[in-house]
Amino acid sequence: MATILVVGEQANGHLKKATLSALTAAQQVAQNTGGNIAGVVIGAGAGQAAQELAAYGIPVHVVEGAAFEHALAETHSAAATEVAKKAGADEVVIAATAYGKDIAPRIAAKLGAGLASDVLAIAGSNQFKRAMWAGNAIATVEVTTPVKVVTVRATEFAAPQKAQGKGSVTPAQVAAPQPKTKFVEFNEVKSARPELTEARVVVSGGRGTKGDFKPIEQLADVLNAAVGASRAVVDAGWQPNDLQVGQTGKVVAPQLYVAAGISGAIQHLAGMKGSKTIVAINKDAEAPIFQVADYGLVADLFKALPEMAEAVKKLQ
Amino acid sequence: MKILVTIKRVEDYESKIKVKPDNSWIVTDGVNYRANPFDEIAVEEALRLRDSNMPSEVVVVSVGPAAAAAEIRSGLAMGADRGILVKHDAFVDSDGVARVLKAVIDTEKPDLVLMGKQAVDVDDNVAGQLLAEYLGWGQATFASKKESLESPEEKAKKPGVQLTVDKKSAQVAREVDGGLEVLEVQLPAIVTVDLRLNVPRYASLPNIMKAKKKPIAEMTPQQLGVDVAPKVKVVKVEPPPQRTAGVKVPDVQTLVQKLHSEAKVI
Repeated sequence: MATILVVGEQANGHLKKATLSALTAAQQVAQNTGGNIAGVVIGAGAGQAAQELAAYGIPVHVVEGAAFEHALAETHSAAATEVAKKAGADEVVIAATAYGKDIAPRIAAKLGAGLASDVLAIAGSNQFKRAMWAGNAIATVEVTTPVKVVTVRATEFAAPQKAQGKGSVTPAQVAAPQPKTKFVEFNEVKSARPELTEARVVVSGGRGTKGDFKPIEQLADVLNAAVGASRAVVDAGWQPNDLQVGQTGKVVAPQLYVAAGISGAIQHLAGMKGSKTIVAINKDAEAPIFQVADYGLVADLFKALPEMAEAVKKLQ
Repeated sequence: MKILVTIKRVEDYESKIKVKPDNSWIVTDGVNYRANPFDEIAVEEALRLRDSNMPSEVVVVSVGPAAAAAEIRSGLAMGADRGILVKHDAFVDSDGVARVLKAVIDTEKPDLVLMGKQAVDVDDNVAGQLLAEYLGWGQATFASKKESLESPEEKAKKPGVQLTVDKKSAQVAREVDGGLEVLEVQLPAIVTVDLRLNVPRYASLPNIMKAKKKPIAEMTPQQLGVDVAPKVKVVKVEPPPQRTAGVKVPDVQTLVQKLHSEAKVI
């Protein structure tokens, strides 16, 4: 029987939500191929995070130890590949996060597998849908190799239901590789707000803010939303890089996306047009963002956003 | 040091991309082509590293049709020293590109390979990582830098990729989820670059003229002994689902009321 291996992602013992999207994708693959699903979680704290993944009823392998402490592509891809081989996996599924994008190709190369990247939908036993040209076209790709590696766009796959029974969690013995890379430091961007890719509501600002994000942040606070930004804003150094929403930044699909002072360049739209409801607030009635917005308001964001924050407060 | 940079010929992101009626590919007639923007950032970084570590050489490599010589010329006009074009007209998947590049690198033996993190046509973001694995090298993907693109460091055209004192390794700040991670990677290594590593220079007219005389070596995948039959085939290309424009609301009160009672999102 075919085996599908989900490579989980964790930080400090907590499973990343994106891993559950990868599990959903693996379940869809299993429906096509009739395979079993197993998981692997690697790194410091993996044992704890593996328990979270096992709660979805799949057996989970754990790779821990000093050699795997940091998420280096060389060591983590080696561990995932060894587990995949021992499990006889013919498909490896990973969320297309920075971590997944870093390690998946190395796993594919080690397994001699074709890789379908940043997949939006499973289209058959060996076919997958993915965006190309900044989302201006959707391609169906066919992976021709017997073993396949797939990275999936987390926002396109809802998290699965927890299972009745818990899967087993077992340590996997894998050889410690000698990486040519070493971890130096991690400079975390700290925020009290929800993470951009996981938030239910996102309020984003563009060039129209002229660098003043106070109205964006005030509305975000009222809505318990994450703050996002257009590329112009981060290029100008007005906001940190990791807030950029777009094809080349973060791809988000919240319940509500508020775009304020954002004109709506193709590359920005590619990062947010999967949102359930889109609100555009812009002074320019001709801005392309209005073409994708469910609700458009032609207004100055410096007046409209504080007013909106007040109106939302009254509802709560 | 010798730095190898990859440049892909891609559709200009300012061009309107339309899908062919038979769903085989996109319409290419009337579309402008240019160097992949991420690759231009890689060229810029290579030039900065070269100029702060002389004597050094920057070699630009492209895998693509004969017309891709134009994109190699654009890299040479920015200041790179010479070019290599591996000619192939049909679609090559990222795995094929990685294996072709490995063959080039086996001969060229660069100390550092800089690549865009992804090409903006297929948006794959995998060739650099595949290449690193095929070579058995370390990798630092999504290279960025701690300073903003408005910083004095950027204005002074300082490289974001920092060579260690012994020049046997490089420190790279990487843009990952939740912050910036710094890795130290032994050379030779693969570094793929993200948007905010630098602002690429424009080619000056004298440099465009000079670039015409710089050499471009041509070869084919067959000559390099690489089979580029794709592991991942594109079987169908479709337009994305269209989002229809909704309604314009007259004021904030109406907007909030609709979000509450109609869309039920607040």
